[in-house]
Amino acid sequence: MNILRANFWFHYAGPQAFYGLAGRLWPWCAALAAVLGLWGLWLGFMVAPADAQQGEGYRIIFVHVPASWMSMVIYLAMAFWSVLGLTFNTRISGMMTRALAPTGAMFAFLSLWTGALWGKPMWGTWWVWDARLTSELILFFLYLGYIALTSAIDDQRRGDRAGALIAIVGAINVPIIYFSVKWWNTLHQGASVSLTKSPSMAQVMLWGMLLMALCFWFYTIALVLYRVRTTILQRESHTAWVQATVQEAA
Amino acid sequence: MIWESWSQFWEMGGYGLYVWGSMGVTAACLVIEVWQARLANRQLFIQLRKEDEGNL
Amino acid sequence: MIWQAFWAVVQRDLLLAWRRKSEGLSAVFFFVVVAALFPLGIGPELNVLRNIAPGVLWVGALLSSMLALQRLFDADYRDGTLEQMALSPVAMPLLIGAKMLAHWLVSGLPLVLLAPVLGLQFDLSGDALGTLTLALLVGTPILSLVGGVGAALTLGVRGGGVLLSLLVLPLFVPVLVFGAGAVEAQVSGLGVQAHLSILMAMLLPAVFFGPLASAFALRIALE
Repeated sequence: MNILRANFWFHYAGPQAFYGLAGRLWPWCAALAAVLGLWGLWLGFMVAPADAQQGEGYRIIFVHVPASWMSMVIYLAMAFWSVLGLTFNTRISGMMTRALAPTGAMFAFLSLWTGALWGKPMWGTWWVWDARLTSELILFFLYLGYIALTSAIDDQRRGDRAGALIAIVGAINVPIIYFSVKWWNTLHQGASVSLTKSPSMAQVMLWGMLLMALCFWFYTIALVLYRVRTTILQRESHTAWVQATVQEAA
Repeated sequence: MIWESWSQFWEMGGYGLYVWGSMGVTAACLVIEVWQARLANRQLFIQLRKEDEGNL
Repeated sequence: MIWQAFWAVVQRDLLLAWRRKSEGLSAVFFFVVVAALFPLGIGPELNVLRNIAPGVLWVGALLSSMLALQRLFDADYRDGTLEQMALSPVAMPLLIGAKMLAHWLVSGLPLVLLAPVLGLQFDLSGDALGTLTLALLVGTPILSLVGGVGAALTLGVRGGGVLLSLLVLPLFVPVLVFGAGAVEAQVSGLGVQAHLSILMAMLLPAVFFGPLASAFALRIALE
């Protein structure tokens, strides 16, 4: 199989081939996620010492920062699949984008939730309008918008393409929104503390965070591949191979 | 091991509510997501099997 | 030929809007009502009102524009004109741009003209009112251009109005930040040039990409 040939890649653009590929990949990703998660949590909660300024409370970063990163990475992934889908008109692209959205929204929500729980003991307030948190909030709205739009359109293909467009438009806007919120924040001389200005971290803490981030990443890949398999079966339910698969599993 | 006792671990130097509130909700979200995905898959199989039986 | 088509569409939309005056005016009245609601909710203390005025008036303009967006493509979609536009030899983005221009003239420009009057209720100074007007003049077209994409995507969709708001509001945030920021900069004595320049920098790509993206979205909706 020559990897340079287009039909190597387009082979997996077909739902049946993708179904098989996803089925083989997701268990490995899930296992990897479990290992990385346990390792990361062990480092974060059993090895890393208390922080000089924030005591034990800083340990929230072991889920807060990875969740934030994932919420942004997933949105980029959605934009990537959307561009792919609009360019090549593959059915898989729309399904992948739809499968990514709920997980992305969940991580955005977790980023906000853990951010609030981190902010309250540290800076005395549940919410602070710093550039990062505010942009995260808007990113959460972008996810909700995508999910709402694709759910509201009955025609699946039209929904795919409409969602793809809004995902791309949103992705282009994210840096613009971040920049303007940053400007807005410094202009108003908001809270002088920011969740980005974390104290310089010990090696162990960084490692813990990195491992948790990788854990979330592989969790996402596993879950999204699993989820997209369900979507594939649903959309291709009229085909013989799906019917055969369903019968086999009985 | 940096903790001298389990109770120290759960208390998290006074920040227990916040730390475990975060970890707990995170764990809950992940579990719910996985459970929901598996449920959707199972329900689809049941539904498709019923349809196939209807067609046969 | 192309420009004739452009102006023909502008004239047509303006004429249709004129025949349905109530539709256009209702969005504008919404702006007036919202601007009056805030003082009623917050209290008549002028110092407070002066502080919140730029934000309040801008949010009012945003919400009013959002309401008006639902009318951008709806009527033409239902009576088949949109399909004709898609089939016409003239590039669809151009015709969509014409519709957006007419839409702004009916729904956006009145806001620009009304804002200084409403700003007086908030005790804004003359300079601040001038900046507000200028900022809205540059900013409201961006709302029509960018919002058009949302309007196109939600054509004929259940719960379209609220869905449109959810889709389009995050995209409006930069306009809001720099638009209201311009007025606040004026009030606090810092230069407004930066803010207005950035608004202009957002307007120019919007003029180009807004109709393009909306035409693309409309083709998705028309399939």
